[in-house]
Amino acid sequence: MNIVNLTQVTYTYPLTDKPALSKVDLQVKEGEFLAIIGPNGSGKSTLCYALAGFVPHFFKGELEGTVQVAGVETKSSTLNEWVMNVGLVFQNPFNQISGAKYSVYEEIAFGLENMGVPREEIKSRVDQALILTGIDDLADRSPYSLSGGQQQRVALTSILVMQPKVLVLDEPTSQMDPVGTREVFGVIRSLTGRGMTVVMVEHKMEWIGQFADRVVGLYDGKIFINGKPREVLTSARLVGRGFGISRYTSTAREAVKEGIWPKDRELPVTLDEAIKGFKKISK
Amino acid sequence: MNIEVKDLYYTYPAGVKALLGVSLTIKTGEQVAIVGQNGSGKTTLVKHLNGLLQPTSGSVLIGDWDTKKVSVAKMARRVGYVFQNPDEQLFCRTVGEEIAFGPRNFGFDAQKTESMVNDALQLVELSDKKDTNPYDLSSTWRKMVALASIISMDTECVILDEPTTGQDAANVARIAHVVSELQKRGKTVITITHDIDFCAENFERVIALSKGQVLLDGPAGIVLGKEKILAQTYVDPPQLTRLGKRLGLRKTVRNQEEFLTAIKKLIL
Repeated sequence: MNIVNLTQVTYTYPLTDKPALSKVDLQVKEGEFLAIIGPNGSGKSTLCYALAGFVPHFFKGELEGTVQVAGVETKSSTLNEWVMNVGLVFQNPFNQISGAKYSVYEEIAFGLENMGVPREEIKSRVDQALILTGIDDLADRSPYSLSGGQQQRVALTSILVMQPKVLVLDEPTSQMDPVGTREVFGVIRSLTGRGMTVVMVEHKMEWIGQFADRVVGLYDGKIFINGKPREVLTSARLVGRGFGISRYTSTAREAVKEGIWPKDRELPVTLDEAIKGFKKISK
Repeated sequence: MNIEVKDLYYTYPAGVKALLGVSLTIKTGEQVAIVGQNGSGKTTLVKHLNGLLQPTSGSVLIGDWDTKKVSVAKMARRVGYVFQNPDEQLFCRTVGEEIAFGPRNFGFDAQKTESMVNDALQLVELSDKKDTNPYDLSSTWRKMVALASIISMDTECVILDEPTTGQDAANVARIAHVVSELQKRGKTVITITHDIDFCAENFERVIALSKGQVLLDGPAGIVLGKEKILAQTYVDPPQLTRLGKRLGLRKTVRNQEEFLTAIKKLIL
């Protein structure tokens, strides 16, 4: 069942002429892990804002077409209602952290307090969320005393704890070390296993290749490519357009040119695929 | 102008011990990448290099200036710092003014200021945006404005804090170009990065920090091959380095060219 449904969405920010999104049709199934890729300025963050209701409720501007989540349209809802269904983790955690709370623990509880969740339930949900994302040791620290990667985990946890139906993440691991990145992808995979729907903007192709169910590439505000991770991430259409490409893919592509990787063999996205492919060559 | 960090300890006011005895020397014109897990002390260390933070104990020398004895304002003549988030450093009405602010503040005359501004704009490919408000640009290009506003100050050392975060492939290539141009000009470039592929392809020396101490320090070709030690500070070697090791290549390869050359040798 599709939980997210975008139909012919065109959106133009206030005081600009060129649409940031142009005639976007996109469906996401319940429990699906969809990755969004694209060069800077292609509309990735705007798509996140449209899913999270910030477009049109916060940014105003002109929205054509319809954005539906769980059968409800953003235009006919308020932002307050919308956050119960869709959680957005911002690209820059600094923009997310409330500034109203002294500790990570309180920061994570902030959303639930605002939703009017009973005190005991808040405590148990916050405790669980802190353990899920591995930041229970940071609970008493000030959010502002943390490193960028740690702040990103706090931002993610503060949204997860609200248990949204659809989780939207705008480059949630950009400041994280590889272990943090791996854990976040692991957590997200387990959440989709329990029925949460995830839409994630990400530049780390190797990780998308391993974890996502589907990849959509945006270019110039339009859906440029849409399909299984392997097909999309190894597509020649991405080359030269500012899309990130896994080093394994680009190196194998170069190896094809040099005649050492067979033309008809699939290009690798992940380390394991690259090992397999290059082993065949060297034997 | 060498940079000399001697037995540096730093404890934040709230009690977090961020640096536990860091010693290192960075020579004029070196290109150094600092890597390590979140919270390992990378940003704390580089904030000592322009006096934003003062050692709890130990010392930091920038040439003959001891950061304890020189004001932050004066330190800015020797060390330029590009913040991770450009919005923390941009405040002027136009890109041109933003980039002229540093040199003007140094007291350079109008002619010299203009030539430095134009040079910096050209380097970051923003020559046609001189009169634009930085906030009318995308965050990608604001990053380039922030970079240019430091380049125009012509400091001997430039620090880049996570320059490639949130940047697409085309902009990462632009930033790499800026780094190589600064190298040609004899500048010292120090970068903090989690983008290990960017590190491998553009920096000659790599310092890995772990829990406030130096874990590894040496040529990129050696440090980045030490997979087990790097794992202690949650750093994965670059993609092609890992692939090379798994395929049994003897040499630590850092980029596509090195990898393919080694693979060809293996086949032939």
